[in-house]
Amino acid sequence: MKLAHYLSNIEGVSIYPIISLLIFVIFFVIVTLRVFRMSDQSVKHIERLPLDDE
Amino acid sequence: MQLEKFTYDNKLSKLFAFATIFWGVTGMLIGLIAALQLAFPIVNLSDFFPYAAFGRLRPVHTNAVIFAFVGNGFFTAVYYSLPRLLKTSMWSEKLGKFHFWGWQLIIVAAAITLMMGFTQAKEYAELEWPIDIAIAVVWVAFGINMLGTILNRRERHLYVAIWFYLGSWVTVAMLHIVNSMAMPVNLFKSYSMYAGVQDALVQWWYGHNAVAFFLTTPYLGLMYYFLPKAAERPVYSYRLSIVHFWSLIFLYIWAGPHHLLYTSIPEWAQSLGTVFSIMLLLPSWGGMLNGLFTLRGAWDKVRETPLLKFFVVGVTSYGMATFEGPMLSLKNVNAISHYSDWTVAHVHIGALGWNGFMTFGMLYWLIPKLYNAKIYSQRLVNTHFWIGTLGIILYAIPLYVGAFRSYFMMKSFTPEGQLEYQFMDIVSAVLPYYVMRALGGGLYLAGFGLMVYNMYKTCKSGEFVEKEEAEAAPLAPNYQAPKNSFWHSVIERKPILLLVLSLIVVSIGGMVEIIPTYLVKSNIPTIASVKPYTPLELQGRDIYIREGCYNCHSQQVRPFRYEVARYGEYSKAGESVYDHPYQWGSKRTGPDLARIGGKYPDSWHFYHMLKPSDVVEKSIMPPYPHLFTDDVNIATTRSKIHAMRKVGVPYEKGYEATANDDLIDQAKKIVKSLKSADIEISESKEIIALIAYLQRLGTDIKAETAQNK
Repeated sequence: MKLAHYLSNIEGVSIYPIISLLIFVIFFVIVTLRVFRMSDQSVKHIERLPLDDE
Repeated sequence: MQLEKFTYDNKLSKLFAFATIFWGVTGMLIGLIAALQLAFPIVNLSDFFPYAAFGRLRPVHTNAVIFAFVGNGFFTAVYYSLPRLLKTSMWSEKLGKFHFWGWQLIIVAAAITLMMGFTQAKEYAELEWPIDIAIAVVWVAFGINMLGTILNRRERHLYVAIWFYLGSWVTVAMLHIVNSMAMPVNLFKSYSMYAGVQDALVQWWYGHNAVAFFLTTPYLGLMYYFLPKAAERPVYSYRLSIVHFWSLIFLYIWAGPHHLLYTSIPEWAQSLGTVFSIMLLLPSWGGMLNGLFTLRGAWDKVRETPLLKFFVVGVTSYGMATFEGPMLSLKNVNAISHYSDWTVAHVHIGALGWNGFMTFGMLYWLIPKLYNAKIYSQRLVNTHFWIGTLGIILYAIPLYVGAFRSYFMMKSFTPEGQLEYQFMDIVSAVLPYYVMRALGGGLYLAGFGLMVYNMYKTCKSGEFVEKEEAEAAPLAPNYQAPKNSFWHSVIERKPILLLVLSLIVVSIGGMVEIIPTYLVKSNIPTIASVKPYTPLELQGRDIYIREGCYNCHSQQVRPFRYEVARYGEYSKAGESVYDHPYQWGSKRTGPDLARIGGKYPDSWHFYHMLKPSDVVEKSIMPPYPHLFTDDVNIATTRSKIHAMRKVGVPYEKGYEATANDDLIDQAKKIVKSLKSADIEISESKEIIALIAYLQRLGTDIKAETAQNK
């Protein structure tokens, strides 16, 4: 008998991948939205950090 | 605000840079020897020297390249860039020195113990438990030094490279600790806490993320610092780099099960691995494009500055490997690539192209800087670049071709329904590709040699700059973030928060994948006829592990017609419940052994281990003559049984005391069966134990089938 059969008997096992996908998508959307709302000024400052360190 | 004076100490960056070069050459040389061993078995030298046969040397190569070459490369980048990005000195020079010497000592210990056969037999996590503990200690010291530096910084914002460094550090710590959990038998031997399906899942959760968080994310940090430096312009999109970071670490941690497609792990875990692997393409390519676009409008510079070429091909290789990876995670593609040389070619695009070339690019930029000198010869840099690139192509293409050739031969049936080719026919067919691969690797190493010479001359022409003076204002004590400031900038200013958040992000994936495997334990379809190994078989299994047989032989038959016809019934999860560690393998240079038990008589194995090519014509397996002269150390049986019971194998209470009686009885039986084939050998020899183990493999389920009939 396939292991998957026994796993499917664990209550609600199918929700695992769905929850994980949801967590990721929500997280991703928030990060992306927020990143694009960052002020240009601070981006300019941060992105020059490796160049202005000498 | 008053400016404070401080210094950047270059000593540790220099030490790590030299260690990178030294271990790079060593690790690749060992790789070249291993490649030659496959092409020309005589190079195994195992007739008179058992320590350097392929099964023991291959882990030395992989560990050296991953942890010694790339590891030291990562540390070079951190010790150079971290203080400069934060405008402060490294927190503790002493801790840095401890980190440096501790790491080098671990590498030496690793090389020696692996060649001696002390191994946990889990890929890229082979090192035995005392070394595992040493790694954890040194790794923590490194982390403390990084955090201390960050807390003492004079720059409020943490540049994205630092996020990659921190994320890598915390994830590697978690992976290393969880995967290395083992029950010691003695100082040099331990058994994995996990067995079978669980062990496989934990191992590839680790194994895949060793690639992700040791070979990829640290080097992305390196890319985000050194590429803008070398190109003298900021990264293409800083915003993209943030999205790159979070989505990459979030997705990577889930992808492990794609190493176990079509094996006996649960279907849902396989699907999860596939889905996340495919999603990984997006952040990976986002990062690659971010790197390449950094050179926008500066491509003329690439022509004039040969070291930039290394970055371009390095980042392009990253793009190629991260495109190939998701494709290999599709089940139908994986059916072809798994166990084949395709995987080997794939990882070398990553190792030689991405890690190798990024390291070279960094060192060509950094070493002249450290020595206040100009590169001795730009022409040599250029030559190195072309030789290296040609080496990568010559390495990979033959293996791709060979992998497809062997696949088509493996699955070919005659019109009568018989397998058309013997396994040995297939090995012989791919042998010429192994020769070409060794040539490619040799070429790449020759290019590395040019760099060693070039850098030696460069160092001689300049003088080492031990300390660089710098000054910066301290952080204002009562910082008020500007109004409407992005919440993310809070994380960015708080390193501990960043660390904790990354740990949460990476542990979600790990937990969702691994916790159900514990549930599996109580739900596993136990097969009544699967019993623990007998003491002699257990000793034989440890010999199998010591010789690194898993480097060329799998023990996992996939449910395909051409595999079942060749090897026997496909593998079931319940069959490996007592396998601490699991031995499913990941590459078939030789045939699968999951059902080898009972297939041949004892005498076949006897002669085969003595000289494989006498039994199987043209075999490329090395001989193991020492198994016929060395005795099994039966003094260890007691503690081995004890340790096995501790990790959950149901040996009866008190069995330790009588285990050796059973061991000798079984050995006598094998000696008797050998005698009937006119072979005289003492029952105490290692070969007897190994035969016992091999003859046991896959027989449990055969017994059950017989019972059911």
